[in-house]
Amino acid sequence: MTLDKCNRGEKLRILRIPDDQIRLQAIRLGVCEGATLVCSIKLPKGPIVLQNRMQEIAIGRKLAEQIEVENVKQ
Amino acid sequence: MDEVFFASYNGGVWPVAAHHNPTAALEVQGEGRKIVLAGNPNVGKSVFFNALTGMYVDVSNFPGTTVDITHGKYLDHAVIDTPGVYGVSSFNDEERVARDVILYGDMILNIVDASHLERDLFLTQQILDMGKPMVIALNMMDDVDRNGFHIDVQRLSELLGVVVIPTVAVSGAGMNDLKEALAQARSGKRMDMVEDYMAQVLPLVDEPSEALLVLEEDENILARHHITSAPKVQEKLYTERRHWIDAIVEEVVVQDHRNARFKVKLGHWMIQPLTGIPMLLAVLWLMYQAVGVFVAQTIVEFTEGLIMGTYYINWVTALTAPYLSDQTLLGKLLMGEFGVLTMTPVYVLGLLMPLVVGFYLFLSVMEDSGYLPRVATLVDRLLNGLGLNGRAIIPIILGFGCVTMATITTRILGSKRERFIATMLLGLAIPCSAQMGVIAGLIAPLGTKILVIYVVTIFMVFALTGTLLNKLLKGESTALFIDIPPLRIPRIKNVLRKTWNKSLMFLKEAAPLFALGAVIITLLEVSSLLDGMITFFTPFTRDFLRLDPQVTQAFVMGIIRRDFGAAGLNTLASQGLLSPMQLLVSLVAITLFVPCAAAVIVIFKERSWQESAAIWIGSFVISFLTAGLLAQIVL
Repeated sequence: MTLDKCNRGEKLRILRIPDDQIRLQAIRLGVCEGATLVCSIKLPKGPIVLQNRMQEIAIGRKLAEQIEVENVKQ
Repeated sequence: MDEVFFASYNGGVWPVAAHHNPTAALEVQGEGRKIVLAGNPNVGKSVFFNALTGMYVDVSNFPGTTVDITHGKYLDHAVIDTPGVYGVSSFNDEERVARDVILYGDMILNIVDASHLERDLFLTQQILDMGKPMVIALNMMDDVDRNGFHIDVQRLSELLGVVVIPTVAVSGAGMNDLKEALAQARSGKRMDMVEDYMAQVLPLVDEPSEALLVLEEDENILARHHITSAPKVQEKLYTERRHWIDAIVEEVVVQDHRNARFKVKLGHWMIQPLTGIPMLLAVLWLMYQAVGVFVAQTIVEFTEGLIMGTYYINWVTALTAPYLSDQTLLGKLLMGEFGVLTMTPVYVLGLLMPLVVGFYLFLSVMEDSGYLPRVATLVDRLLNGLGLNGRAIIPIILGFGCVTMATITTRILGSKRERFIATMLLGLAIPCSAQMGVIAGLIAPLGTKILVIYVVTIFMVFALTGTLLNKLLKGESTALFIDIPPLRIPRIKNVLRKTWNKSLMFLKEAAPLFALGAVIITLLEVSSLLDGMITFFTPFTRDFLRLDPQVTQAFVMGIIRRDFGAAGLNTLASQGLLSPMQLLVSLVAITLFVPCAAAVIVIFKERSWQESAAIWIGSFVISFLTAGLLAQIVL
């Protein structure tokens, strides 16, 4: 599924980030393909906030639609 | 792009001869070395810088950027601060400046936020991969203790191959150990993968540090050395480094019972609309009460009315009276109604300065506390409708301080399209603190109804213009992608220093323009051109805007600076020439009026001349059209 389909509180594994620039910047912030993170906030029609320990990243909805993720059973 | 900003800079401390190496210009004696402070944004680098260098520091701006580099001395060493970055590369101006300082420093003092290891160590390892000698300050250790986890500092030091000193910089803990450890700076462990590729690229460059950036496909470094064929392994190295850092964090962070503590919860409340919107409104209301009401009225009454308007004016009049007759042109230019020695200092120091200081105090607190990125996330969806993403809230909020500075900051936006929309909106509908202060002072006594009409009108123009531009302009805007730093209580010292720096910048920029405006107005008046203009525009001002024809004078002043124009309205209002509703109409016009001369210069530098002209003329048309329409409704 894509990131915009996730629900708040779900644990997700990042499968694919298609945009080259974003993918490199994401790696620096701790979000690389294969990383597991928690969706800590999902704003209505707005950004999705992913959390990895104390690190949080906000991702706009349009970008979230392009990022492929899978659910990780807790 | 950086090729331009170094080569074109021919003053201050970075001479052209320094070429790409900005540290070459700094002199060190004997055993002295160039110590470069590097770290992610908001890790407390400035506190370390101050602890090492004391009071005597130089700040130099890199022309064409908003980036300031601070440098000072510690013993025989030169200490250079860099902008906070997540990695060394060329994604934006800050990174390009940081990159060039880090590349050519003798040793790096890397500041790491202990509660953010997985993010911060990426930069650390990247600098180690360059082969730079390094010492690490593991800062904010108090946060670590408070959050109930432990870091095996000894093991971390072994894994990275450099000395790691735990610190709490703001309380001074660990600072002496750190100073002693600077002598033990050494090159740490490169990743194996970097070692494997190194031999291939080392012959192509002057410094080993550059070799890493060649591997990481940094276009500026490749261009500098005219390299056309090198291994393209940026993503491979980034991914490997990510896995290596994750493994280190896994190993050295011994315990991990971090529950959602209050700070994390509060941070979430700021982002979620249900709680975030009321919080944002409360912050804005507080700001209006503090700056728009308290400073604009109570403080300004004292600074403008008493100190400048009475004491200063009496003093300067007594001082110049023996030499200057107010009948001569020089007398009028210096001491007349719009004099360079009378109106200019009274407005700039008495009226505008307190407002600007008040505003920047708020802005610095918002910046240092980590609130801004949360607001950016909260408003992302709204700004999407205007063809912008949440990041654009940063130039917009900055614009309430100074539109000129904000225009330069539009560079952080991801596409040309977004930069144009943001610049247009800034030039049109965002009043700067100086202007807002004057407006707030005029509008507050008129009652809530007029305030509401004013705010709604400006907001509608802002939203409509953005929406239309988004529909009309070709291309796509970029999506939000930002790091949300932990919330922190801002340090008073830091906030005051930022406020001081920014207020000083305002003063340097506004005062000459104000003086220029004053001269122009006096000349127009003396030559009776002003009266001619007032008569010429009377059909327009009287019949369409339904205002006293004298307002032309305020608008002429407004071309120089909108706050200057607003101040002119202030004078007209105090003469009883404008009724409350007329004041509302003229305030709407002056708010939407053309950006100040300084902002216009920056807009022409940043955007193409066609775009800039469109912004300037567009502001003119929209301003009078809106005010005229409003006049037809309310007058």
